[in-house]
Order: sequence, then structure tokens, then C-alpha cells
Amino acid sequence: MRALLIRDLRLAMRAGGGFGLALSFFLLVAVLVPLGVGPEARVLALIAPGILWIGALLACLLSLDRIFALDFEDGSLDLLVTAPMPLEGVVSIKALAHWLVTGLPLTLLAPVLGVLLHLPGPGYGWLVVSLLVGTPALSVIGTFGAALTVGLRRGGLLMSLLVLPLYVPTLIFGAEVVKRGALGFDTTTPLLLLAGITLGAAALLPFASAAAVRINLR
Amino acid sequence: MSIWEYANPVKFMRLSGALLPWVAIPAAAALAVGLVWGFFLTPDDFRQGSTVKIIFVHVPAALMAVNAWFMMLVTSLIWLIRRHHVSALAARAAAPVGAVMTLIALITGAVWGQPMWGTWWAWDPRLTSFLILFLFYLGYIALWEAVPDPETAADLTSVLCLVGSVFAVLSRYAVNFWNQGLHQGASLSVAPGERMDMTYKLPLYLCMVGFALLFVALVLLRTRTEIRARRIKALLARERMA
Repeated sequence: MRALLIRDLRLAMRAGGGFGLALSFFLLVAVLVPLGVGPEARVLALIAPGILWIGALLACLLSLDRIFALDFEDGSLDLLVTAPMPLEGVVSIKALAHWLVTGLPLTLLAPVLGVLLHLPGPGYGWLVVSLLVGTPALSVIGTFGAALTVGLRRGGLLMSLLVLPLYVPTLIFGAEVVKRGALGFDTTTPLLLLAGITLGAAALLPFASAAAVRINLR
Repeated sequence: MSIWEYANPVKFMRLSGALLPWVAIPAAAALAVGLVWGFFLTPDDFRQGSTVKIIFVHVPAALMAVNAWFMMLVTSLIWLIRRHHVSALAARAAAPVGAVMTLIALITGAVWGQPMWGTWWAWDPRLTSFLILFLFYLGYIALWEAVPDPETAADLTSVLCLVGSVFAVLSRYAVNFWNQGLHQGASLSVAPGERMDMTYKLPLYLCMVGFALLFVALVLLRTRTEIRARRIKALLARERMA
């Protein structure tokens, strides 16, 4: 399992385009929004939590098709399916690798972009915490979407249509944590619900993803 | 004799063919009577005026929008567990009907909301969750269309339906939480049922029955179409082989 994780990480780092691309996209969203909305600090501060979460979510979405596509093309996915390791484990590791190369850097970059968007002071801690807790769910759910569309030509657009509605609860609770944190309210409830979604998705969705991969490789 | 016998397409075709007029005609009758009764023979509401009458389309459509997804969930489970093709095709047949029901509920809601709330759209929990449900329908239909192999498509959409159901329910309650967290007290939800007078309730029930029968009739019809399409494809394939 560790070998697979290291292999995936190495591929993501060296193949280019995957690792930096999501981060650049996140940065671009944070730059484009003030250009579209106007530079007024009060307005930006109001929408900053939502924009940062949506940016993270879209950046995550952008790199999802790489989770299985390369392995599917060169046939190593077939080997992984027939390997002695349970496919559920393989899928979880792939989600973890995806999170390590997108979710985690996004989390670390987010406070910087928060400055750009005039996020109110107390919001920064909650932004990092909520992304840290919530982005794993994005990776796990996204892996499921990637597994559904793995064999398809031009599956990318379809995958967005499948995955984005599944992101709704994560987005709502994640943005709510930051919003409440920025205003100085209690964030326990949305944070716990967000953690619940992440843990539930991480525990159950790999089974669905593995089933989808098996169906697609039949 | 068990219900699983109708998993056999031939038997299903025979039964559904016989059943179809017995569902379609009562559906048309219930809808005709219910809608005419509701639209023309009920008094205007003392506060909402005649706009209240859109309830006779709005509520039944919303009811069937949710139940269509539930039916897809059940048929998907039957397909995954017992692998009856008719079941998978019924799920496929129900999806566009459910999507249209969702759309009807949304549009009639907007038409109703405009004079009553002064806006076509509000980010009310119910409205939002219906919009999300519509997106789920779109994704489900798109996946059916995108996968060329019918068996793979049936499997994948069934898995999506199961996962989607969980997330649809999650979204429903997340949206509740989201709105209450933002606009406290600004409740825009319509409160049907309990407070309604019998003069409205009876035609509403009739319309609900009509919509339910209409849904069953449409799903039967579309499932029959799907089965026939599958047969044609098999015949063409056989012809090419020969």
C-alpha cells in the first residue's frame, strides 16, 4: 500500500500539470473574483469564505480525471484490480494521494488567498481547519466520480456533472464554518457535521468506487 | 407464482401491455376531474386569491419528483441484487419522468412565488433541495447516455443512484441548516396539508392520485419502449453476425 502511495505521489509530482495546475487554478479564481465583483473590501470580506471554498472545490475537480485515467490507459489499473490487495484499499490510497497533492496544498495556500479577498481576521484559522477537515471528503467523493467515468471518452465534463451535486453538503458545511468563524460565532456544529461527512465518505465510498472500477474494467 | 416472474421481459410485456390502459385511463380521468374541480370549482383563497390553485399541479408534481427517485433507488437495488434487466430499464425509464416532474414543481413554484412572495426564486431550503435533486437527475440521465455498453451502464447508474440517494438526503438537511444559519426567521416555506380546508383537499388528493397514475403509466410505457429498443438492437446485432 505504501509503495502504491509513493508511486502515485511520484507520478503526480513528476508528470507535471497535475500538481501545480490545481494550485494555479485556485489562485486564478481568487484573482478573478475581485475583478468581477469589484475591489470593495466590505463586499469581498462578505463573500470570501464561499469563494475560497468554491475555488478549492473546483481546483479539486480539475485534477480528478487524473486519478484513474493514466493508469487506465497504460493498463496498470488492470494489474491493480487483479492484485492481491483489495481494490477498496487501492481506491482509498488513490484518494489519499489525490488529497496529498491537491487538498493539502490548497489548504496551505488558502490563507494567502484569504488576504487577497480581505477575509476577516478570525476567519483564517477556521479556513485552514475547515479545508483540512473537508478537502479529504472532496478527494474521496471525486474518486468515486472518476471511478464511474474511468472508461469513457471525454468523461471529464460528465464527471463534473456527477460529482458537483455530491459536493453540495461538504461545500455548505465547509463554507459555513468559515463564515461563522469570520464573524466570531460558534463553529462546533458545522465543523462536526463536516467531519462526519468526511469520515462517512472515507469509510463507505471506497466500496462504491471499487465497485464502479470493477464494472468499468469488466 | 411470484413477482419475480415479471422479471422475464416477455411476461412483463404481456402484463404491462394489458395493464397500461387500466392505468392510463384512470390517470387521465383523475387528472381531468381533479384539475377542473381544483381550477374552476373551488373558491378563491381569502388571502392568496386564485393563485392558490396552482397547488393542484405543484404539490402532486413535487410528490412524484421525490417518489420517482425513490422508485429508481428500489429498481436499482433489485438490478444490483437480482440482475433483472427489466428492473434496470424501469429505472432508466423513470429518470426523465422524474426530472420533468421536478422541473414542473420548480416552475409552478416560481410562477406561484412571483405574486405571493414577490420573487420568482428564493434560496429557500425546499426550493434549493429541489434544484439539487434536478441536478442529480441530470447526472443520472447523462451517465446512462454516456456509457455505450447497456449492462455496464445499468451497473454504473445503479451505483450512482445508491450513492446519490445518500447524498441527496444529506443535501436536503444540509440545505436546511445552511438557510436557517443565514436568514433566521425568514421562512418562506408553504405549509400544506393540515391547515387546508376540505374544499381544497379533496381535489388535491384527486390530483395526487392522477399524477401517481400518470407516473406509473409513463414509466410502464417507457419501459416497454426500452425493452423494444433493446430487442431491436439484439436483432440488428444478430443480423450482422449472420
